[in-house]
Amino acid sequence: MAVKKSEAALDPLFNNNPIALQVLGICSALAVTTKMETSVVMCAAVIGVLTLSNLTISLLRHQIPNSIRIIVQLTVIASLVIVTDQILKAYVFEISKQLSVFVGLIITNCIIMGRAEAFAMQNPPSLAILDGIGNGIGYSAILMVTAFLRELFGSGKLYGYTVLPTVSEGGWYLPNGLMLLSPAAFFIIGGLIWALRVYKPAQVEMDG
Amino acid sequence: MFEEYLNLAVKAIFIENMALTFFLGMCSFLAVSKKVETAIGLGLAVIFVLTVTVPANNLIQTYLLNEGALAWISPEFAGVDLTFLNLLCFIGTIAAMVQLVEMTTDRFFPALHATLGIFLPLIAVNCAILGGSLFMVERDYDFGESVVFGLGNGIGWFLAVVALASIRERLRYSNVPHGLRGLGMTFVITGLMAFGFMAFGGIQL
Repeated sequence: MAVKKSEAALDPLFNNNPIALQVLGICSALAVTTKMETSVVMCAAVIGVLTLSNLTISLLRHQIPNSIRIIVQLTVIASLVIVTDQILKAYVFEISKQLSVFVGLIITNCIIMGRAEAFAMQNPPSLAILDGIGNGIGYSAILMVTAFLRELFGSGKLYGYTVLPTVSEGGWYLPNGLMLLSPAAFFIIGGLIWALRVYKPAQVEMDG
Repeated sequence: MFEEYLNLAVKAIFIENMALTFFLGMCSFLAVSKKVETAIGLGLAVIFVLTVTVPANNLIQTYLLNEGALAWISPEFAGVDLTFLNLLCFIGTIAAMVQLVEMTTDRFFPALHATLGIFLPLIAVNCAILGGSLFMVERDYDFGESVVFGLGNGIGWFLAVVALASIRERLRYSNVPHGLRGLGMTFVITGLMAFGFMAFGGIQL
């Protein structure tokens, strides 16, 4: 077996993080992180879709003809995303409204395509599931940290509960409006990548 | 009529820029912005594919998927609502269009194909393309509006990626902190660019 099970699941957390090193799945990572609530739902959806799509594609890997594999992969992923979208609409309608098109965009989330293409096509189902979970969690870790910082400093709340009472509600904390705007997400993720690369110097790009 | 379209185009290009306010197409945005030349190639391909797929998906949505849309086949189908299939249809259209564009350019414009060739398959999974179609559905654009919206989004994305690539080319001469080199710095620059584009935010036309 080429890849050990523990490696398949744990590597994506720090050593080969999908966002920080593989540059995958950034699109949706940034837009949903103004609040922790939406990020949790988004992460759960991505982990679910990623694990199931890795499993399905890994099971089908000997049947998929090479020349049309991209369209087969997209069809598998799109069907899973439609199911997820319907589930979200049924059980957490408010949040699914806030996520708007970003649930649909899980289809083109490059993490899912990327892992299907790079891992699930070559490995047996049990490893593919672990790889799916690992990458999903690696993605979620970055998303949750970003959402935590943005919600805490942007509106003084965590998961909708007030932590730092804001001035407008009679408290002392003056919220930093920048955190709720889109550029903040870029700065935070840039900073996270910096921190990760100080901790793991091997990931530094020399030519950049 | 014309004013309305112009309005929509300006909104799509600057105020609601796909790349810098909605973060769509970020993966290729960050990956292909090392050189201005490649950025221009990918940008052109995105403009083209968006302009074709958004109107095409608009037709699919209006005549096949919306509730009651199938009534033109026979009145029996008037109650059919296939909206839930839109993701699958859209991604199919996009993949097919990309393939079609690739074959057409290969046959009739070999020079263009040589420049765009490697980027075309990438575009099928560029979220800006699918995002364009999904926003079109969410905002109920009609056919004319969807043409303008697709084109505008494409141009906006093109401008953003070329601007980022130009900045990164210049960055070679600056002394970036060790761990921030490459991806980290690109994120910070994109953040600053998003600030710049926010200046368009209050504009009402």
